[in-house]
Amino acid sequence: MSLRTPLARARGLGSAKEGVSHWWAQRLTSLALVPLVLWFVFSVALMTGADHAQFIAWVQSPIVAGLLILLISVGLLHSQQGMQVVIEDYVHGEASKVVTLFLSLSIHVVLGLTGVLSILMILFRG
Amino acid sequence: MVEFALPANSKINKSGKKHTAPAGATKTKTFRVYRWDPDSGETPREDVYEVDMDSCGPMVLDALIKIKNEIDPTLTFRRSCREGVCGSCAMNIDGSNTLACTKFCSDVEGDDEVKIYPLPHMPVVKDLVPDLNHVYAQYASIEPWLKTTTAAPERERLQTPEDRKKLDGLWECILCFSCSTSCPSYWWNGDRYLGPAVLLQAYRFIADSRDEETGTRLDNLEDPFRLFRCHTIMNCTKTCPKGLNPAKAIAEIKKLMVERKV
Repeated sequence: MSLRTPLARARGLGSAKEGVSHWWAQRLTSLALVPLVLWFVFSVALMTGADHAQFIAWVQSPIVAGLLILLISVGLLHSQQGMQVVIEDYVHGEASKVVTLFLSLSIHVVLGLTGVLSILMILFRG
Repeated sequence: MVEFALPANSKINKSGKKHTAPAGATKTKTFRVYRWDPDSGETPREDVYEVDMDSCGPMVLDALIKIKNEIDPTLTFRRSCREGVCGSCAMNIDGSNTLACTKFCSDVEGDDEVKIYPLPHMPVVKDLVPDLNHVYAQYASIEPWLKTTTAAPERERLQTPEDRKKLDGLWECILCFSCSTSCPSYWWNGDRYLGPAVLLQAYRFIADSRDEETGTRLDNLEDPFRLFRCHTIMNCTKTCPKGLNPAKAIAEIKKLMVERKV
């Protein structure tokens, strides 16, 4: 039971004055993922039958390593932002929302660091 | 969390009262109507009405009025203009939101029952009457009137024919809220998300060349919940009984937000 007027409830806490960057970044990352994923799928498919050494040598090319790092970071940024939207849509308790958002962000950061560091280790240590 | 099942006191009793057609009726159509009376203390139910279509108009609203006049005066619904201009008789007919006055009974084919429910996911006042207080307040919150700082001219505020054209597809909205109540984002987050109807109205003033508060209007919409809950599901455009495209209006608002930033 609340005696606030409907208009006060509709206005709520006002506009957060943000959301465009998030939305725009989601569009840009999805665009960037089209060539990156195509490149990755074709490159791996072309290496059918290659052994471990050949694969390592492929990753050690600076261009390939760079593109792989880009694929991992752009892909995970896109996934993180997408998950954030899903959580905001469906998780409604304030506490559970904050916890889920934090968990999702943490998982994406850990996955991203693992991926990028793995590429760097192959690049520099072979 | 989002609720996927109705609360216990909202579970619908599928076997409500049945009103059979008068003897001798040759062309009957069956209407299955959601009924709920807050004063009865009962859970909602579906009543079935067999209507003699030989003495009934062609629209679903004609049938509802005939039911109320001749079969069951307790049936409650909103209606006014009966020609698709006022937006009062918006309801969920045969699974989609539309205006009862512009929906033909014959659109529900064959022997199928015409299922009639109130607009989805809104609090129900009684039977087919949803509580629209919150959407109306959301509409008021976008300040749907022309705002200017420049002193009023002696005659009309002029607008070129090209600029006037930009309002076509926007001014026709009759605020029936068929679109907002068909939108899953509005179902789950309607307390903060403005919904397609109100955002289309917001864009109607953003797109108006005579308005001088475009920037402030965009400021007030720039919010993860007010605007960006729209995920282009497109139910709004699919269901609009006036054939408008709220999804496009929302996309235009998003584009303007990027445009003033990039």
